[in-house]
Amino acid sequence: MSAAILHGSAEGGLRQRLRFGPLWLAAPGIAFLAVFFIYPVLRLLGLSVQDAETGAWTGDHYARIVDTGVYFRVLMGTFRIAGLTALFSLLLGYPLAYWLAQLPERRRGAMVLAVMIPFWTSYLVKTFAWMVILGRNGVINGILSAGGLPAPEMLHNEFGVMVGMVHAMLPLAVLTMLPVMTGIDRRLVQAAETLGAAPGHAFWLVYFQLSLPGVAAAGLLTFISSLGFFIVPALLGGPQQTMLAQLIITQIQEMLNWAFAGALATFMLVSALVTCWVYDRVFGLSTLSGEGARRKTGGGGMRKAGQRILSALAALTAAAARVTAPVLGERGRDRLPAIYSTLVLVFLVAPAVVVVPIAFTSSPFLDFPPPGYSLKWFEVYFGSDLWLGATLRSFGVAFATAILATLVAGLAALALARSTSRWRGAIFALFLAPMIVPRIVIAVGLFYLFAQIGLVATDLGLIIGHTVLALPFAFVAIAAVVKGHDWRLDQAAATLGANRVQTLMRVTVPLIRGGLVAAFLFAFITSFDELTVAIFVSGGVKTTLPKQMWDDMILQLNPTLASVSVVVFVIVMALLLIAERLRRSGR
Amino acid sequence: MSPSHGTAPPACKLLVDGLTKSYGSVVALQPTRLEVPAGEFLTLLGPSGSGKTTLLQMICGLVEPNGGRILIDGRDETRTPVHKRDIGLVFQHYALFPHLTVAENIGFPLRMRGVAASDLDRRVREALDMVHLGHLGDRFPKELSGGQQQRVALARCFVYQPSVILMDEPLGALDKKLREQMQYEIKRLHRETGATIIYVTHDQEEALAMSDRICLMNHARIEQIGTPHDIYARPKTAFAADFIGVSNIFRGRIQQDDGGAPILVTGGGRFRLSAATAASGRGEASLIVRPEQLDLDGEGDNEVSGQVVDTVYAGSETRVLVALGDQSTITVRLRRGMSPPPLGDRVAVRWRSDAGVLVS
Repeated sequence: MSAAILHGSAEGGLRQRLRFGPLWLAAPGIAFLAVFFIYPVLRLLGLSVQDAETGAWTGDHYARIVDTGVYFRVLMGTFRIAGLTALFSLLLGYPLAYWLAQLPERRRGAMVLAVMIPFWTSYLVKTFAWMVILGRNGVINGILSAGGLPAPEMLHNEFGVMVGMVHAMLPLAVLTMLPVMTGIDRRLVQAAETLGAAPGHAFWLVYFQLSLPGVAAAGLLTFISSLGFFIVPALLGGPQQTMLAQLIITQIQEMLNWAFAGALATFMLVSALVTCWVYDRVFGLSTLSGEGARRKTGGGGMRKAGQRILSALAALTAAAARVTAPVLGERGRDRLPAIYSTLVLVFLVAPAVVVVPIAFTSSPFLDFPPPGYSLKWFEVYFGSDLWLGATLRSFGVAFATAILATLVAGLAALALARSTSRWRGAIFALFLAPMIVPRIVIAVGLFYLFAQIGLVATDLGLIIGHTVLALPFAFVAIAAVVKGHDWRLDQAAATLGANRVQTLMRVTVPLIRGGLVAAFLFAFITSFDELTVAIFVSGGVKTTLPKQMWDDMILQLNPTLASVSVVVFVIVMALLLIAERLRRSGR
Repeated sequence: MSPSHGTAPPACKLLVDGLTKSYGSVVALQPTRLEVPAGEFLTLLGPSGSGKTTLLQMICGLVEPNGGRILIDGRDETRTPVHKRDIGLVFQHYALFPHLTVAENIGFPLRMRGVAASDLDRRVREALDMVHLGHLGDRFPKELSGGQQQRVALARCFVYQPSVILMDEPLGALDKKLREQMQYEIKRLHRETGATIIYVTHDQEEALAMSDRICLMNHARIEQIGTPHDIYARPKTAFAADFIGVSNIFRGRIQQDDGGAPILVTGGGRFRLSAATAASGRGEASLIVRPEQLDLDGEGDNEVSGQVVDTVYAGSETRVLVALGDQSTITVRLRRGMSPPPLGDRVAVRWRSDAGVLVS
C-alpha cells in the first residue's frame, strides 16, 4: 500500500518536473520582471503607507489626497478625461475598424498602415504637431482668419486635451478592435438576413454582439493608457486639465515627496487594476491576447437588458435608414462608410504631415504655411552636440533594449507556447503586466530603486527601464507567431536526427524569424520613443532624444523641434515598415 | 496469438515488448507485444482511438511509454531520445520544412548525420530520382501539389536508410485516385529498398492492398495479427470481421440437432454448421458470412428469407440489402449476370454449411 503511494507520488513528481521543464526558459524574464518591475512597484506602494521620517505605518498621505480639494479634483479630472478619451476613441474608431475589417485583405493591409503610423509615432511628435495646428497662430486659426472668421482658443483647454488624447488613443482602439472584427464570420450576418433580419437588426443583434469583446478590450486599453498620460495634458491643456501623472512628476521632481507620490501612484495603479478586474469578470482577460473570449455564463438579467437595448438600437437604425434612404440613395449609403473612414484616417495622419513643411521653414517661428523654405533648422539639429548626443544615446539604448527584450521575450514565448502548466496563465499575465500598469508608476518605482543602487543617469538604468516597458510588445509579437507555428515540424526534425539545439536553430528560429524581427523592432521603437522613464532616469548630459524634445517643448517651441520630429518620424516609420513586412512574410 | 506469429521470424528488426501508455486514467495502449521481421510491411489498422498512433509515436520516441521495452535489432532503444533513434517517420501532413527547398528538406537528415557535402548532393539526387521528382529540387514545398509533397516526405525518409520506417496515415490528405497511385509508389519503394515499414491507417482497403501483415487494433490493444487474407478469411472476433470487409453476423448458440450435427440457433432461424466451422466455437457464438458467400435464390443448405430494401451498384459488383424478420439487414453480393430484384420483393438467401467463420 505504502509502496504504491510512494511509487505514485514519485511518478507524479517526475511528471510535474517534466511538465515544468520548458517553463525554465521563461525564468530569466520572470526574474528580470520580479526585480525591475514587481519589486519597485510594490516598494512604491509601500512608501505610500509609511511615514517618511520614522518609517511607521500611516494613512496620512491618502488622507491628504482626499482632504485637499485640489488633489481630489485632479483625481476626478483624470478619470473624467480618461473616460471621455476612451468613449470618443470607441465611438470614432468602431466604424473605422468595421470598415477596415470588411476590406479585402490586400487593401486592408495598406489602410491599416495608415492607423499603424500614428500608433507608432512618438507622442511628443504628435503633440508637437497639435500645438502647431491648434495654436493661437496655428494652422486652423490661420485658415479661419484668412476667411475673416474669429479665431477661437483651442489650446490649453479641455478641447485641446481631448483632441490630443483621442488622436493618441484612437489607433490603439482601432487596432484592438480590428482582429476581433476580422475574426467574425460575415456569413453569420448573411444568415441573419436570410432569416428575416433587416440590415440594422442583423448588425446590432449579430455582428455588434460578436464584436463586443474587441470593443471592451479597446475601451480597457485606452482608458488605462489615458490614466497615466502627462505629455498631452501638460502641453495641450491648461491648469484645469492637470492629470494625475503630472502631479506625480511634480511631487518627485520639485517636492521630493516620495511618499505622497507613492500614494498618488497607488490611486492610479488601483484604478487600472480595478478596471482590469471588472473587465476580467465580464469578458475574461484572455481576450486581450486574442485567445478568444471566455464565455461567461449567468448574468441572465444583465444579458436580457443588453438584448433589449440592442433591439431598441436596431429599431432606431432601421427607422433612421428609412428616413435617410431617399436623401442618400443607394450609392450614397454604400459610400458613407468609406467617406467617414477616410476622414478619420486623415485626422490620424494629418498632424504628422503638417510638421514636415515646418521643419523646412526659413522663419524662426512656427508659421504655417512657412513663408520660405530652408534647411537651417536641420543644420541647427545636426550642428548641436546636445541633440546629436541625445540621438546617439537613444539609438544605443534602443538597440540594447531591443536585443534584451527580444531574447527574454522570445525564450518566454517559446516556453509558454507548449506548456500546459497551471502557472502558464500567471506567467502570461506577468509578461503583459507592464503594459497595464501605468508607465509613470513603473518609472517612479524604478527611479527610487535606481537611486539606491546608483543606476540613475546611466545608460544601463535606461536600458533596464525600457526593457521592462518593451517586454509586453516583444512578447506579444513573438507569441503571435509562435502560436501559428507547426510543432510537428520540430518533431519531424527530431525524427530526422536533429537534437534540441539543432532543431531550435535550423527549424524553429527560421520559421518564427518574422516574429523575432518584429519584436526587435517594436522594442526598439518603444525605447526610442520613451519619455516617462527617461524623465527620471536620464538627466544632464545623459539625456535621450525624447527627453531633450520634452525639455525644449516645455521651455519654448521652435522649428528645430519640427526638424527633430521629422528625423524621429522617418526613423520610426522605416523601422515600422520593415517590421510589418517581415511580420507578414513570416506567416 | 496468431499462427504466423508463433514461428520465429528470420531476423527480428523491431520488438515491442509489454509496451504500455496511459494518460491519467485513460489507457492509450494496454501492454502490447509486437514482433516485426526485417523487410516486412506491417500495417497498424484500427478505428481512431484504438491506440495505433500512440504505439507508432512510442516506437519513434515522440511519446514516452509508461512501461515496456522497444528493441531495434536487439538493442534496447526505449529511452533513446528521438533524434538518436535510427527511425524514419513520415508524417500525416508531411511536415516538410516550409523555409527549406525540396532538396534541402531531403538533405536535412543527412546534414544532421554529418554526411560530407559531395556525398550528400549525390544521395539527395538519387532520392529525388527515386520518387520521380528530379527536376523539382529547387522548389519550395508550398509550390508543390499534395502528391508531390508526399513524395518529398517519402524521399526525405528513405534517403538516410533508417532501420525502421514509420508512416502515420501518410495518404490521409490525398484524394482517392491519387491515394491509390501513391499506394503503388510506396509498395515499389518498399520492394526496391527492402525497408522495414510500419504503416498506420484506418482505411481497411489500403491495409489489405499494401500489407505483408495487418495488426488490427481496437480499444487500446491488438485485436488480431495476420496476413490480409488470414484476417479477411479467418477473423477471430466479430470486430475483426466487421472492420475488414463487409460481414453478415448471426449471433446465436451452438447446439446439436437430433442427428448430433452442430447447428447455430439464432433468433432468425437454425443454421447448419460443417464440422470444421463448428470446431472454432462453443456456446454463445457469432457466425460470420461474407456477402459473396451468400446466394440470392440459389443453392445452399441454410436459408433465411426477407425483403429487398436496397440495391447498391459498385461498378464491379452489385450488392443487395435484404431485411430479415428480426429487423436486421444482411448484404448479399448479386451473382454475375443476374439482374437486381425489384425493391420490396421477398427473396430467399442461402449459403452452404461450410461457408463462413464462427467466432465466440
